[in-house]
Amino acid sequence: MFQYEAPEGAQMIQVWINGKEWQVPEGLTMIQAMWYTGHEVIHGIGCLGGVCGACAAVYRMPGNFRLFNALACQTLVKEGMAFSLIASYPTQRAQYDIEQIPDAKEGLFTLYPESATCRNCNACTEVCPQGIDVRTSVWQAAFGDFKGVAETTMSCVMCGLCVSRCIAEMAPHEIALYARRAYGSRELAFPENLRQRMDSVASGTYDEELERLSRLSPDQLKLECGVK
Amino acid sequence: MTVEKPPLINPYDNLPSFDLAEPKAYSPSEREELLRRYYPDYRPDRKTTLHVGANAGDVLPDEIASILESRSILSKNVLPAVPSTPDIEVDLLVIGGGGAGIMASIFAMEAGARVLLATKLRVGDSNTVMAEGGIQVALGEDDSPVQHFKDAYRGGHFTGDPELLSVLVREGPDVISWLIRKGVLFDRDPSGNLSLRKGGGTTRPRLISAKDYTGLEIVRVLKEDLLNSGVTIWEFSPAVELLQGPEGSCAGAILKDVDNGSLKWVKANAVLLATGGTGRLHIGDFATSNHFGATGDGLVMAYRMGAKLLNMESFQYHPTGVIYPSEMAGMLITEAVRGAGARMFNRHGKRFVQELETRDVVASAIIRECEEGRGVRTPSGHHGVYLDLTAIDREMGEGTVERRFPNIVKLMGKHQVDCTKQPILVYPTLHYQNGGIASDTSGRTHVKGLYVAGEASGGVHGKNRLMGNSLLEVFVYGRRVGEEAAREALERKPFSWHEVNLGHVEGFQKNLEKEFPGTSRPEAPILFPDYRKHSHPDHA
Ligand SMILES: Cc1cc2nc3c(=O)[nH]c(=O)nc-3n(C[C@H](O)[C@H](O)[C@H](O)COP(=O)(O)OP(=O)(O)OC[C@H]3O[C@@H](n4cnc5c(N)ncnc54)[C@H](O)[C@@H]3O)c2cc1C
Ligand code: SF4
Ligand code: SF4
Ligand code: FES
Repeated sequence: MFQYEAPEGAQMIQVWINGKEWQVPEGLTMIQAMWYTGHEVIHGIGCLGGVCGACAAVYRMPGNFRLFNALACQTLVKEGMAFSLIASYPTQRAQYDIEQIPDAKEGLFTLYPESATCRNCNACTEVCPQGIDVRTSVWQAAFGDFKGVAETTMSCVMCGLCVSRCIAEMAPHEIALYARRAYGSRELAFPENLRQRMDSVASGTYDEELERLSRLSPDQLKLECGVK
Repeated sequence: MTVEKPPLINPYDNLPSFDLAEPKAYSPSEREELLRRYYPDYRPDRKTTLHVGANAGDVLPDEIASILESRSILSKNVLPAVPSTPDIEVDLLVIGGGGAGIMASIFAMEAGARVLLATKLRVGDSNTVMAEGGIQVALGEDDSPVQHFKDAYRGGHFTGDPELLSVLVREGPDVISWLIRKGVLFDRDPSGNLSLRKGGGTTRPRLISAKDYTGLEIVRVLKEDLLNSGVTIWEFSPAVELLQGPEGSCAGAILKDVDNGSLKWVKANAVLLATGGTGRLHIGDFATSNHFGATGDGLVMAYRMGAKLLNMESFQYHPTGVIYPSEMAGMLITEAVRGAGARMFNRHGKRFVQELETRDVVASAIIRECEEGRGVRTPSGHHGVYLDLTAIDREMGEGTVERRFPNIVKLMGKHQVDCTKQPILVYPTLHYQNGGIASDTSGRTHVKGLYVAGEASGGVHGKNRLMGNSLLEVFVYGRRVGEEAAREALERKPFSWHEVNLGHVEGFQKNLEKEFPGTSRPEAPILFPDYRKHSHPDHA
């Protein structure tokens, strides 16, 4: 059966997983190191491709007081690394229907009143494994620049690590999601090429032809579709 | 033929110089020969003929046959007794929280049904969140749903189901408008129209996307909408068996709480399987692009109940999966990079296939290069070829790669590969299950009360899917089947819990014993792939 292999001749290194010491080959990600040592990982794993945000992790390196964060499916273990998965970080999330909110800009302060309380510490930006300028996105949201938020936070995987560090105890990624949705749903004009195509579909323009095609014999259909 | 044995090298030491000379185009017969010899679907090795169930006689990959002709994971000998009351009763049980399951749940709820969505990991941890390239929808002035239909049918090697396809192309624009109203941000052109890109195998530019984060952008929005919708959600609760009701119909399912192992018995008037694909079965030992939960559970449960499967011999091996650095094995590099001008080279720095051939031809050519010794050996003993993105910046201007493929640049960068300057080493990766559970345009399977939507279903794409049509299928059919299943669930003649049983599983296991006397069969659904290296008693 398929296995994630360490490189041939890889050195064994020492790591601490959930506080316990292990020897693993270099060249493995944190999650692969957990498999290598026999851990069953079910919380804290999702896409294994760096986009779902399930695998937030916290780690320290020897001789360094700093606390680092990372996505465990994308981060290689290093000699002396001590890490743990943060499979879920409790987060406050507002209830709303984006299409029903009376005023999109005001809505932010009704749903997330704390979004105006950023103290500019920049911890959120420093922690973000996607390299997002999270602090800027919070200010963009507070000033009503939802388009700016959308651009700044495009790559957010909703891992919640920014929440874990925010001294104003807000959830920057939830605030950003509200702003992105409000921008897309309420502020940005509906695309004209899509509206036109919807109209022509609704008026039945293609029905007859599609029905005719569906009723053709396989050979006839092949002939009609084969030529570009 | 003599096969050269490549020496052990670090793929980035001694890069060959890349010769840009274009390889000649294949003739139709060369193409066919290449596919027959190298494409995994067509090779006779690693195949099993099914003996039990509705698809007996089909010749399928070993790994698929093994999960289909398998025993229940619920017991070695006796199945658990049905408890006196169910743990929960709903109108519709949706199994699987990817794109199809989320859409179905939201729309079933709106149709007035009581809905339970049960999923294996968290809601949204799925193949859907990983989609990079985009969604096909016919919006161009010179394009139409009819043209989309023709391209999809041709792309499926004339094996797709025309009726399913015509629903797909007709309802596409409307479902995209729903996503936009919910706040999904697709890329726009300067006039505010949705930007359209060209994908492989289509005659018109028809791909809409959100940079290379299309799935992520959609799932962020859908998940929040679901959480605000009133649907009951059980995470970390995979389905392990369906329940049988009157006249062989489906009447619910058994879920397993992965944290404490307890079983949850769900009585439902209708059950919708939205369990997605099978990449984590690693067919033929290929690496995969799929998420951790893609183990084909829906196929196993439906097959035991008598549902028919379609085209299960047919898989998509995406030509460009990362093979080095080894810890990233299987990760997808979207084919949009080849559309933008990326080139591929073998160990000698020679191009060996026109990069814009169809996925199956490009994948076969890479396998051929590696099997004949012209592949690059990686430090963990695999082989691959170079995929060079630097040509994109050279031809389309410095910074193009970074702007158009920020996700790939970011991910490769995390593993010390700067793909704006260095080539990526790739080998085909198991990417998409073309076939699946057969259904009609309302998602009805051959079993009453059992519905299917998304990658778990078969038929729309026939034996090959074009990039961008699977996401469209997920949204069009997720919505449609959710509504239909809800409607039929609300109309279903009431039945009592006493009529509910596991007779279909018992019957299936009896047939297994008849066909394979005295041999032990594997157990499925397998739920999670096991990559653990060291011994562990429960897996001995
Ligand atoms: C890396 C990648 C890139 C892709 N890019 C594109 C693209 O650009 N365009 C395109 O059209 N398509 C693309 N695809 C394909 C497309 O994303 C998928 O086919 C589609 O999203 C499948 O959606 P789904 O809802 O059917 O399944 P999924 O999204 O996979 O959801 C299935 C869900 O069911 C859960 N589940 C599984 N078993 C059980 C069980 N027993 N009980 C409960 N829950 C269970 C899973 O954990 C998962 O959450 C891509 C796929 C991948 C992997
Ligand atoms: S913004 Fe917050 S939630 Fe989003 S990726 Fe960065 S740390 Fe994670
Ligand atoms: S962590 Fe909180 S307070 Fe600090 S900059 Fe970010 S949002 Fe503001
Ligand atoms: S598992 Fe999805 S980001 Fe790591």
